[in-house]
Amino acid sequence: MRLPAPAKPQAVRTEQIILFRISGQLLAVSSASVQEVRSVDTLAGAAKEIAQAGIRKVRHIVQRGEHSLYVVNGAMHFGLPPSPAALVFVLRRTRTALLVDGIEKMTTMTRLQALPQSFCNEERGWYRGLTALDQTVVPVVKPEGFLTPDELLHLDSSQLPDATTAAPDEQAAGAPPSVSEGGLLPGAASFAAKGAGFPQPGAFGSVGPELDDLDSASLRQ
Amino acid sequence: MSPTVESAADSFVLLRLGERRFAVAARIIAELVAPSRIFRFPHRTKGVEGVILRRGRIVPVCDVAERLIGKSLRSRRFYLIAQRRYASQTEWVALPVTGECELIFAEMIPASEADMPHVAGWLSHNGDVIEVLNLAALTPGPVAVTPPIAALAAHEART
Repeated sequence: MRLPAPAKPQAVRTEQIILFRISGQLLAVSSASVQEVRSVDTLAGAAKEIAQAGIRKVRHIVQRGEHSLYVVNGAMHFGLPPSPAALVFVLRRTRTALLVDGIEKMTTMTRLQALPQSFCNEERGWYRGLTALDQTVVPVVKPEGFLTPDELLHLDSSQLPDATTAAPDEQAAGAPPSVSEGGLLPGAASFAAKGAGFPQPGAFGSVGPELDDLDSASLRQ
Repeated sequence: MSPTVESAADSFVLLRLGERRFAVAARIIAELVAPSRIFRFPHRTKGVEGVILRRGRIVPVCDVAERLIGKSLRSRRFYLIAQRRYASQTEWVALPVTGECELIFAEMIPASEADMPHVAGWLSHNGDVIEVLNLAALTPGPVAVTPPIAALAAHEART
């Protein structure tokens, strides 16, 4: 009699993530979503001020060939206290360059839990979900959540040559500083080296959107 | 709360918030646990403090004290973990409480139209009249889709 072959243990699906901080808050992003990590210093020369965008978290634009990237102040986006940013994440498949304080580490997540339904406001657009790492809960950001289609439309229209309207709060705030609200600060060049060793996109076994559903079934009772 | 709560004699968990006591249907209670570390992250939902890790699950902590007794809890003794029903699924929520909880059997008087939405009914226990909480109305969640006015009018016309 032949015994049935033992079932192969299923490989654990994993996703490589970057843990980073914005205004001290620990956050995670899929490394596959990060196209580039740059020091704010290296970006400073290429960034152009947006004086009348009307969206306070975006003060600078970077032209990349035919495309323009909007530099999003992560602290303002999340409503956190301002903090000096040292790095910029250029997020893949978006028009966002995200200002962050720094990178904590790279690691792997095996489980992404959907954001609990109790969270029912803007944050649903900010996060893919939550993951538990070393007994700590870390929100995993949604790269496309930093600028909504409406905000992009507004920013694009403000870049047209005849765009003259400005949001009242923009006028009150005056011209933007040199990306100062979490912006491009001097002395951040040392962080550039951190970006140098970053893997190329697709180098990791990203599980893509499937991981988003990992825990949704377990929550249904 | 769901109609099953309306059965004549049911079990309820009494919880304490400051000086006041409230009740929750026992069938939706998962456990009572000691306070553990709350993980906070940016969000815009009022009434959610953060999340705790419990049995591998990430459970939101909803402080209902401000809504029920008018002030946030300064000290908390336990988290009462309860099931909160949403449109398509049920999830755990952790409610901070300030004292021991007690399991009782009592008859609930269903809430009337004059009661607040978070009141599922009323209990009489040891001389006190206690609100039975409707967690679906008390804790945050996606806003339920309101039926169109025309549909409501049609329903009223039928009845």
